[in-house]
Formats: sequence, C-alpha cells, structure tokens
Amino acid sequence: MFAIVNYGLGNLSSIRNMCRRIGVTAEITSDPGLIAAADKLILPGVGHFRKGMENLHASGLKTLLDRLVLEEGRPILGICLGAQLMTRHSEEGDTTGLGWVDADTIRFREEGLAGLKVPHMGWGEIAVSAGNPLWAGLPAEPRFYFVHSYHFRFQQAAEVAATARYGYEFACAFRKGNIFGTQFHPEKSHKYGMRVLENFYNFS
Amino acid sequence: MRQVRIIPVLLLKDGGLYKTVRFGKDNYVGDPINTVKIFNEKEADELVLLDYRATAAKRPPDFKKAAEIAGEAFMPMAFGGGISTLDQAKQVFDGGFEKVVLNSVLFQNLPILEEIGNIYGAQAVVASIDVKKSLLGKQKVYAVSGSKKTDRDPVAWAKTLEKAGAGEIFLNSVDRDGTWEGYDIPLIRAVSAAVKVPVIACGGAGSMADFEKAVREGGASAVAAGSMFVYQRKGMGVLVSFPAQKIKI
Repeated sequence: MFAIVNYGLGNLSSIRNMCRRIGVTAEITSDPGLIAAADKLILPGVGHFRKGMENLHASGLKTLLDRLVLEEGRPILGICLGAQLMTRHSEEGDTTGLGWVDADTIRFREEGLAGLKVPHMGWGEIAVSAGNPLWAGLPAEPRFYFVHSYHFRFQQAAEVAATARYGYEFACAFRKGNIFGTQFHPEKSHKYGMRVLENFYNFS
Repeated sequence: MRQVRIIPVLLLKDGGLYKTVRFGKDNYVGDPINTVKIFNEKEADELVLLDYRATAAKRPPDFKKAAEIAGEAFMPMAFGGGISTLDQAKQVFDGGFEKVVLNSVLFQNLPILEEIGNIYGAQAVVASIDVKKSLLGKQKVYAVSGSKKTDRDPVAWAKTLEKAGAGEIFLNSVDRDGTWEGYDIPLIRAVSAAVKVPVIACGGAGSMADFEKAVREGGASAVAAGSMFVYQRKGMGVLVSFPAQKIKI
C-alpha cells in the first residue's frame, strides 16, 4: 500500500487515481498510523515551500517522516513541491527544508532563460541517468509535465537522476538510496508517468 | 526547442459537455468522463474545464462533477466558472486540478489572485479575459460569460492582472468562439507583447495552421480550442479528437 502523505497542500486525488489505474492501493492520509504502516510513501504537493514546511512541522509529520525515511529506510517519492521539501533550503520564502538530499531549491535564474517565462509550465523531455530503477522501460527522452518556478540545485551529480532543459539544464529528478524525487508530475504525464509510479511500486 | 501546449476547452453544464458559438447558443457534445478518457488515450497536453453558466446563474460551480472528471484525467487540468472565493479555489485544487481559472470575480476582487498564489503558487492561477467588440466597434473586456461589458481595455487589463499575481492569461475572443474562422491574431499579439506571463490563445481555431499562427505571429505561449476537438468539422457531428502533430518553437 502507498500512503500519499496529506499535509494540506496539492493535487492528491490525481495521484491516487493514477495509482488505482495501475492497480496499486493508495491512501490519501495524514494519519501517523496509516503512514507508518504503508510499504511506500509519496510526498506530493503543489504550492508554497514555506507553507509546506509549516504544515509538516505543525502536524508532527516531519518527525514521523524523518524517522521512517532516514532511520527505517522506507522508500519515498517526492513529487514537485514534495521533492523540493526534501532539499536543505528553498529560496521560496527563504525556508529550511527537510535536508534529506544534498541540494537546495532555487528560483529559475532569469539570466539563463533567454527571455523564457517563469513559471516553467508545460511538457518537457528529460534526460535520464542510467541504472535508476525509476526509469526502467522508458524511452531515451520521455516527456513529462512540469509546473514550477523553482528547481533543485545539487552539489553532487551522483544524486541527480535526470535533467531537463528550460533555458538552461537543471536537475529535475534525484535519487539517494530509498529517497526519490521528481520535479515533474508523473500523475499528470500519461503513460510515462504511469510507468514511473509502477517502477516505484516495484522498487525494493 | 520547446513544445507548445495544445489545450482542449470543455464546457460543463448539468453534468454534460456543451459547445457554444460566440458564448451564446450551446449544443450538447457528450459525456465528460468519456471525453476525458479519450483525451487520455490521445495524450492531450492539458485540459481546461469551465462551468460556463455558473456566474450568470449566480451559483457556485459544480465541484462534485468537476472532481469526478479530474479524477479521470492523467494530464494537467484547470477548472473555472463561478469561482469567487479563496475557499472555492481550495476546493478546485482539492478536487485534483492543477490550476484555477478566474474571471468575473476579478472585477471586484483582484487581491484573490495573490491570495491563491501565496498558497498554491502563481503558476496555479489563471486569469481569464473575455474580449468582444462593443457596439462602437472597440474591443473591450466583458464579464459574466461575455454578457456584461466593462470599460476595460484588454491589454491594460492583462497588465493589471499580471501585476496582481496572475500566473497565466487565458485570452478568449468571444466574437471568434465556435466560428472556426481563426484566432484574433492582433489581439493575441498585443496582449502577449504586454505581459511576461504565458498567454493562452482561445477563440476561433479551426486548424493546426491556426495554432501555428497564434504562436508564431501572435506570440502566444499555448493554444486552446473547443470546437476543433469535439466536432468532425464545422457544421458536422461530434467527434472527439486531438492532433498527433506537435508545435515546437
């Protein structure tokens, strides 16, 4: 069973429905017992970084997730804001994040965009790193849906699982052991998105 | 290279989908769930769903039906029509939509753009502008599904909305709606040049060539249409479709 962690932000039902479509039971929940009992976790989210962290702190979910993910090694997939929250810090609201991966979340640098508009919104092809279980069965440059004004900036390339290009190249997915994150939205990316969720389901 | 979004616009009424002509006469075109499933198969880039009679009927939008429809969509979706409060916007996101579309409320309450943006991000807030020629022949912004004239100029209003926090401008030509006559390119060009946020062109599309024109000549960031995606051709029967071709810039 997947637990889709509900901390009060974002498009949770679309994730649940895509899970249902690929035959995976998924529960949208903020209940600590249900979250702790889940085989795998999804940290979703669309919204403001500071609000996201405030909600994780206020609900006590941060403490729970730290334990499950860092100490017990529970597999977790962050999506969009949910993935950004796993970084150390975001420029959005100048806020400290969960700090699970060696990265920061920064706003798109306008000087590199050559006039492109922020937010980056739309479909984009990603370049995936070899050997990542999330990308099993995907073509070389699969297409995913992005909606974001901020992106990850990694210190170490080893944790970067995929890159995308919008004006300049940026990290759009990461993996560190049991911790996965995508800037794009698998639940809104048709068949490739389904494949990524299936791959996460099959990861062990 | 960047792929331009091509966006079917679906109009919701009494649980069914309709298509209007010039925002007036509407015809039933099918069941929304079936339609969305077809767009899943065809891998449409994005969908816009509008409860287009809600504001005029002075009722809240049909959130229940909308959420049911969103649950079937494995592509990004925006919802609008009759949304006038932050709480209603919240219901839209909770229902599984990525974006909320606002229109009539903005003439009374501009700060709502920023209020929603502060919680969900500016990219989730789409400001819709309905443009129609007034009796004097000048293009003006209209409220309440194109039925109520305002004194706003489309370009000035787009700038105001951007400044107030709109993440995207959904630009509709009421006069072209359902006509298959092509987009109002000068209007799209004027608005696109005036704002930095993405402009979605809507109203009048009848072919891929119209999409290309809106992007290359009008400067639109994305293209939207209704009739083209739900009818075989102008004046013909219902056929849900989505082009396999892509537009890259």
